[in-house]
Amino acid sequence: MVLNSAAAAVTISASKIIPLSMTALLGLFIVGFVGFSHLEVVHNAAHDTRHSLAFPCH
Amino acid sequence: MSLFRNIVFTAVIAGLLSGLLLTVMQSFSTVPLILQAEVFENAAPEAGHSHDAAPAAGATVSAAEHHHGEEAWAPADGFERFIYTAAADMLSAIGFALVLIAASEAFGGFRGWRGGLMFGIAGFLAVILAPGLGLPPELPGMPAAELGPRQIWWVSTAVCTAIGLGLLAYTRSAVFAALAVVLLIAPHLVGAPLPPSHETAVPMDLYARFVNAVYATNLVFWAVLGALAGVVREKFRAGEEASAGSSAKLVSR
Repeated sequence: MVLNSAAAAVTISASKIIPLSMTALLGLFIVGFVGFSHLEVVHNAAHDTRHSLAFPCH
Repeated sequence: MSLFRNIVFTAVIAGLLSGLLLTVMQSFSTVPLILQAEVFENAAPEAGHSHDAAPAAGATVSAAEHHHGEEAWAPADGFERFIYTAAADMLSAIGFALVLIAASEAFGGFRGWRGGLMFGIAGFLAVILAPGLGLPPELPGMPAAELGPRQIWWVSTAVCTAIGLGLLAYTRSAVFAALAVVLLIAPHLVGAPLPPSHETAVPMDLYARFVNAVYATNLVFWAVLGALAGVVREKFRAGEEASAGSSAKLVSR
């Protein structure tokens, strides 16, 4: 019984790994694009945000 | 899939609201200071780059000195610029929320606004305070080292701080605690890339007010982002346990 529930807990966390890592990657991609992209146009559009969030800028 | 969908919904709602709050706070605090600094930046073109040197006074000088070569598109000052700042704020907030919620779910979830608030403050420490110790917030026209190494140091510091805080909060062994302390301190021993000279035309009192404003607005932003994510996450759990339950029901039928 204990073994069963432990196995269930492991499968639940294993089934969460893919959606959670996808979510985190999506978030990192968005922040990277807005805050770290070297594209001049993106830099200009997000300029005040980058300064106000203390991202490295320029 | 329902977990991914629910987290994205939660992140979008929490990010839009907290990003909007951040934009409002910034438009009263940091953005006016940025605009003031740009006056000094454009008056002293050797101080660095001038990204949105509008065709104002001294446009010929700044165009000749332009750091990035070709003049790229930039939002027009005023309303258009505000809209782009608001959009960038909300997008960043959604991105931060996605990472924050994913991290919290890996450790069992927020369990309400209070847990969300704790995660939000941890986010402030990892993303604003720790990188800010080495690379303080910058105003336009202030000297800085090469962008690439600074970005690498910034990201490494944020990641090390986040892992260090996670180890301190979620492990109980002395070895991991020691590792956490090392991770928290190491980026600052390595040191951030610094410019050869700190000379700038931007007045120091303007800069001091800007640094204070950045830390204050971001602390409020991260606290609200975390607490909102904690509240909204509780509302969007549809399908996560139910899907497991319904499949069991289908089997029993």
